[in-house]
Amino acid sequence: MSENILEVSNLRKYFDISGGIIGRKRHTVKAVDGVDLTVAKGETVGLVGESGCGKTTVGRTILKLYEPTAGSIIFEGEDITKYSQRKMKPLRAQMQMIFQDPYSSLNPRHTVGDIVAASFAIHKVTPEGGVKKTVQGLLERVGLNPEHINRFPHEFSGGQRQRIGIARAIALRPKLIIADEPVSALDVSIQAQVVNLLDDLQSEFGLSYLIVAHDLSVVQHISDRVVVMYLGKVMEVARTEDLFKSPHHPYTKALLSAVPIPDPTIERSRERITLVGDLPSPANPPTGCVFNTRCWKAQDICRNSVPAQRTVGTSTVACHFPE
Amino acid sequence: MSATTNLSSLSSQGNGATVELAQRSPRQIAWIRLKRNKVAMVSAGVALFFVAIAFLAPVITGLFHVDNTTLYLDRLKDGQPIGVAGGISWAHPFGIEPGAGRDLMALLLYGSRISFSIAIITAITYVGIGLVLGISAAYIGGALDSVIGRIADFLLSFPTTFMFVALSVPLTMRVEALGIAKDNGARIVVMVLILTVFSWPGFFRVVRSQVLSLREREFVLAASALGASRSRIIFKELLPNLWPLAIIYLSISLPGYLAAEAVFSFLGVGVQAPSSTWGLVLNDASSFWQRDPAYLAIPAGMVIVVVLSLNLLGDGLRDALDPKSDR
Repeated sequence: MSENILEVSNLRKYFDISGGIIGRKRHTVKAVDGVDLTVAKGETVGLVGESGCGKTTVGRTILKLYEPTAGSIIFEGEDITKYSQRKMKPLRAQMQMIFQDPYSSLNPRHTVGDIVAASFAIHKVTPEGGVKKTVQGLLERVGLNPEHINRFPHEFSGGQRQRIGIARAIALRPKLIIADEPVSALDVSIQAQVVNLLDDLQSEFGLSYLIVAHDLSVVQHISDRVVVMYLGKVMEVARTEDLFKSPHHPYTKALLSAVPIPDPTIERSRERITLVGDLPSPANPPTGCVFNTRCWKAQDICRNSVPAQRTVGTSTVACHFPE
Repeated sequence: MSATTNLSSLSSQGNGATVELAQRSPRQIAWIRLKRNKVAMVSAGVALFFVAIAFLAPVITGLFHVDNTTLYLDRLKDGQPIGVAGGISWAHPFGIEPGAGRDLMALLLYGSRISFSIAIITAITYVGIGLVLGISAAYIGGALDSVIGRIADFLLSFPTTFMFVALSVPLTMRVEALGIAKDNGARIVVMVLILTVFSWPGFFRVVRSQVLSLREREFVLAASALGASRSRIIFKELLPNLWPLAIIYLSISLPGYLAAEAVFSFLGVGVQAPSSTWGLVLNDASSFWQRDPAYLAIPAGMVIVVVLSLNLLGDGLRDALDPKSDR
């Protein structure tokens, strides 16, 4: 499919944990273990899962901030899996990242102008009308006062800082933006503004988004498709409305049932699924289906064989007993 | 004290302070904090004064028509200076050296040039080495980190003073044999060398741990996501966050090196006569202190004032640049 801007298949990222004086390998953490996902042009894909399931690692590995262990990353038909950092550089203008923590994603000793203009300096391009004017235009576009160009990050609130991060990400007019928990560090009132800003920028610049999040209401609001991850593996991929209406994977069901419904009558009467136990360690994942230790439907086959991705309705589910 | 409390206390003073609050860099905030620390400002004045008079030593001695080599034997009687408090007079404001009869003010001024040079060169060198090695070890990591780290551990396990006493004479001969410098020049080179070699590991460790923490911050990741090169990340992203640390270490270690130079010269392993440093003058004075206490008191007082003011300035700088550090 040529209309996909990003195709990731069988992506793996293992981290070696070493210890001792000579630093020998102790064990391997399989943070991402065989993830397939695609992002079409102009599409927003939400990547959800609980803390520690590897969703941030997926985002960073796609941008080659981490070297992938295996699998392939195809960006606009170009296989970038084995690209060196030098070869990646021109592509970095086309794929950008928005970070989770607006307090650590901006260098405290750079002015806002320097931060946003960094991409022009790194890629040695001079935008039309000069750097300063362009930066001011970008600040204005993300809803900041363009006169604040010489201020330092500590003079801004969390929401404003996140807007600075967004301005930095869109400075070179990228095609794909990977947003790593773009709103989870912000107040709820600010979250809506930033989500809407991302939406507006998408239609204005024709951006594609891969949004990593754990807040399902944000994902429901912003995404066209949702990828559900658990312990480094994809559990279910579905169109947003299908996923929220009829989840097929038991884990997705459990995840959705944790979302509060703002109606006391329904909230009280509905049946909630409570998962027992903790997330297993990715250094020592369960055999078979990784979810079998917490799944109420688990049977022998789940403990012994890894479920293949199968199509149920419009969704893709990795489960032996999809609903 | 945090930046926010400072800023809010500033704005509560009113009178358009909110307008002034705009566009203040971290450096300016540190400067404001330093300016409010009266002890540090006075210390800075004192320290600058002493550096200035050391720099201007020929000018000042010229004004008094004295120099550090002329022997004013007519001012001595039986090897002791004539007059009160070591022969203090308008012509010789600090008195005369007993025995040889040189002008004490000229001795101390020219001596402070050597003392300050050793301290400043050592401090700058070890801070520079610590920065370079600390950033490399932490940011590049791997085998390089282990190698530099073990070398630092190795050097830290030696007692500096003992090593100095043991090494200064053979090293001085080696420096002279290599033709790098002669006599006191060689001794100064050796002093700077030994102090630097045994000083950088401490600062290296601090820089390394700071960079280990900084490089995990998302702004470094953001820079790599933008395609920034390794050198850009080191010089533009990491280094600006390390300058405060470097300035703090520089200012806090300066008085230590001034004192170290005095101690080593006093012990006879540093600079030697006919040059004069504070340590040499103190050494000489220790044999005259009963007959001529002023000869001991003046240089000792000078050392105390300079070392104390540099220490207090260092403390003030640390508080101003690193408000999170609690004493």
